[in-house]
Amino acid sequence: MQDDALQNNGTLLGADELVLNMGPQHPSTHGVLRVKLKLDGERVRGTECVIGYLHRGVEKIAENRTYQQFAPYVDRMDYVAAVSNGLGYCEAVEKLLNVEAPDRAKVIRTILTELQRIASHLVWLGTHALDIGALTPLFYCFREREEILKIFEKYCGARLTTHAFRIGGLQYEAYDEFEKDVERFCKDFERRIQDYADLLTGNSIWIGRTRNIGVLNAADCIALGATGPILRAAGVKWDLRKAQPYAAYDRYQFEIPVGTNGDTYDRYMVRMEEMRQSRLICLQAIENIPAGPIFGKVGKVIKPAPGEVYHAIEAPKGILGYYIVSDGSTQPYRVRIRPPSFVNLQALDTMIRGHLVADVVAVIGTLDIVLGEVDR
Amino acid sequence: MAEESKPPQESESSQPEQKAATPAPPAKSAPASTAPAAAKPVAPAAKAPAPLQIPLDSELVRRYRERFGAAILDALEDRKQPYLIVECAQLLEIARYSRDEEKFDLLEDFTAVDWPKREKRFDLVAILYSFAHNARLRLKAVVGVEEHPASLTSIWPTANWLEREIYDMFGIEFSGHPGLKRILLPDGWQGHPLRKDYDILQQDTAWVRENLGIESGQ
Repeated sequence: MQDDALQNNGTLLGADELVLNMGPQHPSTHGVLRVKLKLDGERVRGTECVIGYLHRGVEKIAENRTYQQFAPYVDRMDYVAAVSNGLGYCEAVEKLLNVEAPDRAKVIRTILTELQRIASHLVWLGTHALDIGALTPLFYCFREREEILKIFEKYCGARLTTHAFRIGGLQYEAYDEFEKDVERFCKDFERRIQDYADLLTGNSIWIGRTRNIGVLNAADCIALGATGPILRAAGVKWDLRKAQPYAAYDRYQFEIPVGTNGDTYDRYMVRMEEMRQSRLICLQAIENIPAGPIFGKVGKVIKPAPGEVYHAIEAPKGILGYYIVSDGSTQPYRVRIRPPSFVNLQALDTMIRGHLVADVVAVIGTLDIVLGEVDR
Repeated sequence: MAEESKPPQESESSQPEQKAATPAPPAKSAPASTAPAAAKPVAPAAKAPAPLQIPLDSELVRRYRERFGAAILDALEDRKQPYLIVECAQLLEIARYSRDEEKFDLLEDFTAVDWPKREKRFDLVAILYSFAHNARLRLKAVVGVEEHPASLTSIWPTANWLEREIYDMFGIEFSGHPGLKRILLPDGWQGHPLRKDYDILQQDTAWVRENLGIESGQ
């Protein structure tokens, strides 16, 4: 069988080698990822990802919508972190317009985005543990995620694709019990996250399945463009929320967790700690949400002066960047989305070579990809 | 070289007028063409005091100019974000220098923009990030349809998929790429969707014609 996967490592299969097709209909690929594996027995000798099954032409759609009309579409990329996508897009357009959201809007945005980060990491943790064989965490994770989604629902009426933010600020004022709900969740979550850690951190099966699996060192991360928890697990203490603060992140104290080995276990530890830090950010933020307007000086017709802007945020999965070119009309001339999942997925091949077939599932899980964002 | 440096900027600012002047081009310009006409008297007056693209002359730019001379066609700053317009043939060398000497070690994104009315219609845009300086720099190169810019995969492996996406969406063929083929669209796809002359309704119309034997009502 002539296959592109094979051309990575010579064109012909050895006598004891075969090509195995994983996906696109495979539960552990978190959507519609197809991976062609070149195997030597149980060992993976090469991979090729086949993607695009979920391609909807988001960037082309952007060129045919006004700036405001396009905002809900970005929620459909990384649909388990819709709020983060929206934040990146709104801030990018605000930069293009040279306006800023008011303080109150910034703080509420920060709270919702951090809750979204926790929700996104909970989906990752639940499914990742499930893939490796631990069924229980999934139920716990989704139980807590449900609480976050309830807050979103109370805030803007939607749970998944929220369209929570507007270019220039917020459409909705925080509801009456908003701070209380967030506080209740955060207080409770400290205990919950300890439950997950008790189940997994010292669990010998978990350690056996994750330690030294899918190692990606810092140099490889940077060469391959892998960012977010993957880069931090390799020991690079770098987070855009600290490096180039946006929204209201410069006001809050939080730590950047890092790992040492860059393996699957380290990425697990980093993401667990990130959830704890996000919880702390939320607690600090609700203590003092500034009063004032929630919408900045943005007219009903958004018509940025010709030019271009690039704005990136630290999404739960890595750097999410928007490169927007304006020709002075009400529609963007070009919107390029730098999706963290797409770029991170490219590291799969480096991470999985030499490991067993069963580890492919672990490594896809630890990359924390969402195919809606990979394919756009 | 001096003339070379102007087209990208000129075309950006003159794009709306061009659109208003030519009534029929596809897709996007139809709704846009009405807007600039109405806004014309207001917009230039508001923009005049503070131009958004200003020439940039920093220490960094000076080092680039010293090293590459005429290959740095222009250095601009747009909304406080610096970018260099560089000779396409030198893009690979400039990228290598950026990574090795200037410590722009992360290729954050690599993409393209289509300006169909220009003689060389594409802008290649590489967005670089430096961990050491916590700064970004954009490199822009102007590319024609028949040109084959050198692939950046030898400098940043991450360019592999990004270039495949550029090829898929714009049809720019990179030379020296290890496996340049479509990535998001099926292999047999016709056309390159992010080109401006690729109408968003084109496929639908073609499908209706082919499968229903009638003209699409859209």
